Amino acid sequence: MKPLLAIFGARFRLLLQYRAAAWAGVVTQVFFGAVITAALSAFYAGAGDARQPLLLSQVVTYVWLGQAFFSLLPWRTDPEVREQVVSGGLAYELLRPVDLYALWFARALALKTAPVLLRALPLFVVAGLFLGLRRPASLEAALLWPLAVAGAVALSSAFMVLMNLSLLWSVSADGIHYLVPVLVMLLSGQLLPLPLFPEWFKPVLLVLPFRGLMDTPHRVWLGDLSGAAAAYALAHQWLWLVALIALGRHLLARGLRRVVIQGG
Amino acid sequence: MNALRLYARYVGLSWRAQLQYRASFALQTLGTALLSVVDFLAIWVLFDRFKRIAGWSLAEVAVFYGTANIAWSLAEGIGRGFDDFGSVVKRGDFDRLLLRPRSTVLQLLGREFTLRRIGRIGQGAAVLAWGWRSLGLGWDAARLGLWLLAVAGGVALFEGILILQATLAFWTIESLEVMNTLTYGGVQTVQYPLAIYPGWLRRFFLLVVPLGCVAYFPVVRLLGRTDPLGAPAWLGWAGPFAGFLFLGVALRAWRFGIRHYTSTGS
Repeated sequence: MKPLLAIFGARFRLLLQYRAAAWAGVVTQVFFGAVITAALSAFYAGAGDARQPLLLSQVVTYVWLGQAFFSLLPWRTDPEVREQVVSGGLAYELLRPVDLYALWFARALALKTAPVLLRALPLFVVAGLFLGLRRPASLEAALLWPLAVAGAVALSSAFMVLMNLSLLWSVSADGIHYLVPVLVMLLSGQLLPLPLFPEWFKPVLLVLPFRGLMDTPHRVWLGDLSGAAAAYALAHQWLWLVALIALGRHLLARGLRRVVIQGG
Repeated sequence: MNALRLYARYVGLSWRAQLQYRASFALQTLGTALLSVVDFLAIWVLFDRFKRIAGWSLAEVAVFYGTANIAWSLAEGIGRGFDDFGSVVKRGDFDRLLLRPRSTVLQLLGREFTLRRIGRIGQGAAVLAWGWRSLGLGWDAARLGLWLLAVAGGVALFEGILILQATLAFWTIESLEVMNTLTYGGVQTVQYPLAIYPGWLRRFFLLVVPLGCVAYFPVVRLLGRTDPLGAPAWLGWAGPFAGFLFLGVALRAWRFGIRHYTSTGS
């Protein structure tokens, strides 16, 4: 466990250095959030709040939470892991007395926390003060929310390791880089709050793992998921986490059997 | 060799290069198309629930969406050299461009014409065609002319933004991510009618970056509607020229930037 913590800590501190990039990200996110919330407000203005699954103020908060946690989503493979696979540096990783899956997971965990923190904190301040991001709905929501976020971070890291693993089969990862963001955007609730989807599609969204990345923490914050529903949603996150880790370990074992390190 | 023929040579070279990796090209084209399909799916989901946005129907929004996306994808494909200009400055490659007896704008435009944007253009065209048909807009020559003018103005405007972004790189040595708010953010904004937005956003996209002039007024006019905010109808034909004007200003800024260029020396 200790080396893993060290890896996580080193990478976390390294990633905290990219502050200029984070500021650019914050500006971009504020802009996009403003446009999306304006469009949603216009939709709501014509239809009336009452019959919708979420109130407009809740939807606005949902969108800002999504903008704040934008970099939490598993967008791409870990660039350094890709570099290792391409250059053959993977051999050194295999020599280390650390489980490779755990190593990649720790790296992913750092990648899914430090940049998120840098972007989320200013966004919470700006959106909270000026742009309609509301506080958690209740004390229960405020207490459950960190748990849901922790689940989302772990789930996103497991996704990222799976994406890394695809490098053992196809070094370019082009397909993964085009396909995964599309699925994640749509099915996690980043593009559009999941409660606004048509009723007939919701059962599918409910089962898939993607909602654990965004929708679950947001709706816990809103108090839209509370009590038994919240407990079920958190369990859903952890069940998928276990499944994805098991799948990842299995793929890693298979991938390593066929990996060839070019000498030189 | 005149400039146009040289440009055609550049583009031909760039396309041949991109088509060398067929599988990768197909995948990327499919990927961009898929991303934009999902993008429109989100709009469809909202209309499925709410039916209208501030009085506009899905078919009308489809025309706005298609126009904005086609213009942007064309501009992005054409102006890839400017989009990526930060890396050119960083490597010191711009020095080489300056040594050649051709305009820098022509050379940068010739660096790459990105073919895979075809995926997004195709999706935009499909959405547009669907909206156009369901509204029964027909083959009226004036209407088609107005649409072409809007797209031309849109391409000019987006190209202007990309050139300004590149101009800033003379000082920042990096392509600024913040400029994405004007390009991607701009497209995201004008895929709905501009009238639905709060005042500050509207004024920004009319007076600072006149995207509304090229992608809103003409479309309102060709849909045969009047602007809910009371803009006169002649703005439909006049608006797109704001895009050309913007491009002109951007080119002036570019020339100013070149005079202040100092090589990174790498």
